[in-house]
Amino acid sequence: MGQPHVWLVRKEAWLVSKMAVAISVAKMWRQSRGLGQAALVALRRPGARGLAGSRPSTQQQQFPSLDDKPQFPGASAEFVDKLEFIQPNVISGIPIYRVMDRQGQIINPSEDPHLPQEEVLKLYRSMTLLNTMDRILYESQRQGRISFYMTNYGEEGTHVGSAAALDRTDLVFGQYREAGVLMYRDYPLELFMAQCYGNVNDPGKGRQMPVHYGCKERHFVTISSPLATQIPQAVGAAYAAKRANANRIVICYFGEGAASEGDAHAGFNFAATLECPIIFFCRNNGYAISTPTSEQYRGDGIAARGPGYGILSIRVDGNDVFAVYNATKEARRRAVAENQPFLIEAMTYRIGHHSTSDDSSAYRSVDEVNYWDKQDHPISRLRQYLLSRGWWDDGQEKAWRKQSRKKVMEAFEQAERKLKPNPNLLFSDVYQEMPAQLRRQQESLARHLQTYGEHYPLDHFDK
Amino acid sequence: MAAVASRTAGLLRLRAAGAERRWCGPRCAGLVQGFLPPGGEGAAQKRRVAHFTFQPDPESLQYGQTQKMNLFQSITSALDNSLAKDPTAVIFGEDVAFGGVFRCTVGLRDKYGKDRVFNTPLCEQGIVGFGIGIAVTGATAIAEIQFADYIFPAFDQIVNEAAKYRYRSGDLFNCGSLTIRAPWGCVGHGALYHSQSPEAFFAHCPGIKVVIPRSPFQAKGLLLSCIEDKNPCIFFEPKILYRAAVEQVPVEPYKIPLSQAEVIQEGSDVTLVAWGTQVHVIREVASMAREKLGVSCEIIDLRTIVPWDVDTVCKEECFLNLEAPISRVCGYDTPFPHIFEPFYIPDKWKCYDALRKMINY
Repeated sequence: MGQPHVWLVRKEAWLVSKMAVAISVAKMWRQSRGLGQAALVALRRPGARGLAGSRPSTQQQQFPSLDDKPQFPGASAEFVDKLEFIQPNVISGIPIYRVMDRQGQIINPSEDPHLPQEEVLKLYRSMTLLNTMDRILYESQRQGRISFYMTNYGEEGTHVGSAAALDRTDLVFGQYREAGVLMYRDYPLELFMAQCYGNVNDPGKGRQMPVHYGCKERHFVTISSPLATQIPQAVGAAYAAKRANANRIVICYFGEGAASEGDAHAGFNFAATLECPIIFFCRNNGYAISTPTSEQYRGDGIAARGPGYGILSIRVDGNDVFAVYNATKEARRRAVAENQPFLIEAMTYRIGHHSTSDDSSAYRSVDEVNYWDKQDHPISRLRQYLLSRGWWDDGQEKAWRKQSRKKVMEAFEQAERKLKPNPNLLFSDVYQEMPAQLRRQQESLARHLQTYGEHYPLDHFDK
Repeated sequence: MAAVASRTAGLLRLRAAGAERRWCGPRCAGLVQGFLPPGGEGAAQKRRVAHFTFQPDPESLQYGQTQKMNLFQSITSALDNSLAKDPTAVIFGEDVAFGGVFRCTVGLRDKYGKDRVFNTPLCEQGIVGFGIGIAVTGATAIAEIQFADYIFPAFDQIVNEAAKYRYRSGDLFNCGSLTIRAPWGCVGHGALYHSQSPEAFFAHCPGIKVVIPRSPFQAKGLLLSCIEDKNPCIFFEPKILYRAAVEQVPVEPYKIPLSQAEVIQEGSDVTLVAWGTQVHVIREVASMAREKLGVSCEIIDLRTIVPWDVDTVCKEECFLNLEAPISRVCGYDTPFPHIFEPFYIPDKWKCYDALRKMINY
């Protein structure tokens, strides 16, 4: 027995109680394992109240095996006697799964999902229609016709590749740069525009800034501005879907910046511990507004965090629609079959500015942006694939560009001409029922407008 | 004239804190005896008794058979009724599986299954976010935050998300079937982080409801209303009443309406408004006022903090009819202290003194 034991006994020497002896014996036993039965017997001394409990002294207590394996409840691992820190590997990180090269050619034929022509054309048309809509709505903001807009340039592949791999009823929680998912699910241009204009046709009733879309029939939960808040919510929805036995998963999109939020950590941990059928889909596009990934994290991106939570994870080329499709398809199949979460980190690049309030030339070079626009764009790569299969040609391309632009312009002009919703809609839906106080406030506004109406843009609003 | 108070105090052995048991193993209870020298003269004061006396309401006969229950048992009863009636309902939070640190969920996991009553990781923002997500699908989510003092990590999810879900989506989506429960208020020794009454932080957040009961009978009816209400609700449970408040409570489910204050005593001279534990403090203040000052007090239990029952409490026009300024009696603008709790809380003497000054205004 070493020094500590002697100190212990001396300090407690003044305690006459047999309890003191029992304490020191217990400590002795813990410090020098291998006392085995002798220590156990000592603990059973009569009068060692509390330690022996109510058991008769003849009964031996069974301890877990005293052989030399770790017994900690917190980890399942072996002992090691060499002091070594695990080195995070960021030089050679998790590899990036892809199906097509940058020229749209299949690399490994066994990975080609062999989607039928109609489906691939739908992917292509969804991406290009989104791109066209983005150009027109971005321009409309610059002209002061809508207040704000966010484009999806460069990330269209992440939207449609994943959306195509889901069931129509799978619930989608997004961040704000996933309009292509709605586009793939055939959300009408009129309704995209209605929300951006906040006009009388907006299902959201004009309450939110542009691009905060939502659609109940298409199972796309309304976007909110705070980042990453949707992540734990998506997990809860997945848990409820599991309980309902609905054969339904939830997909949750977020950017690599939002993944720094505490809500992301919360969501990952809950999904794993509560065994939820959810796909976490991270769009790693290189920037969170002006913050590059080197200032967002120091580890190997987002995919490397998954295993830390016990989540199966993969990194894919987000500009390769088929890679995104394959990964999402397989994750969906397993999530619903095994009730566990999956993490897909789709590497991509944000070609556009963060939003109309941003000018990204302040923090990145035009050359860098041009590289991605010209050399590695999801739309170009898929077009090359279509061309090489003979499923598309320049004539169809030209016709489609003209047609999609026409569709978008028509919807745009219509949306712009429509009135805004009745100001009464300022007051509804705060609660399911309108509280008396709010009704009084509504009446107070109505009276105010009777006197001061000329100072308000009432002509633009529905009566 | 109204005295508004929101702090409670008192002593209740907080078994949940577990402090008495932590420092030695589970079978060392006997160790304590004989280890400590006995307290003699000059030793520290004994721990104080509570600053209030719980006053049960007369038994309600309109909801069928009743049973003697304390506050935590009335909560368990409400949760039991909810899970029995609504197959989508689930209860989750830290430590709810074994019965909860205040025993509010005892027996429910065995009865309803581990997929319906389950522990979550230790993460309040996760608990509330997760609960919102369940509610978005239409299922009933009953989330427990272990102490109201720890609700702040979830503040963003509550204020920016839950409260605004229906409005911002144009009623396409909502999380109305979410209820958040949390132990609330002073307890005699809770100090900064086991005593808080944070309802004021939520009082100006449109879209949620905040409810605080004064008794077991009120708690069960109000909690059932919160659970069935189509809006996200926060239900604060005065922890000092968990064991101290005992009443006859109906076994079957019943609902007490939200956003309705209750005038529990009519009066003509002074109006006293409170909620939670403080209702019992001001009941005593009203008796003191009657005996010592001959003053007749109206007592109002607000019950729902937001949206609150303005019409019962006051009228906008009443401002000109007040004979004295409104007096607020509450804790000081400090964090909730530990050893100074007896001085901090708005006890009956402070309330009585405010009333006396008001009468003499």
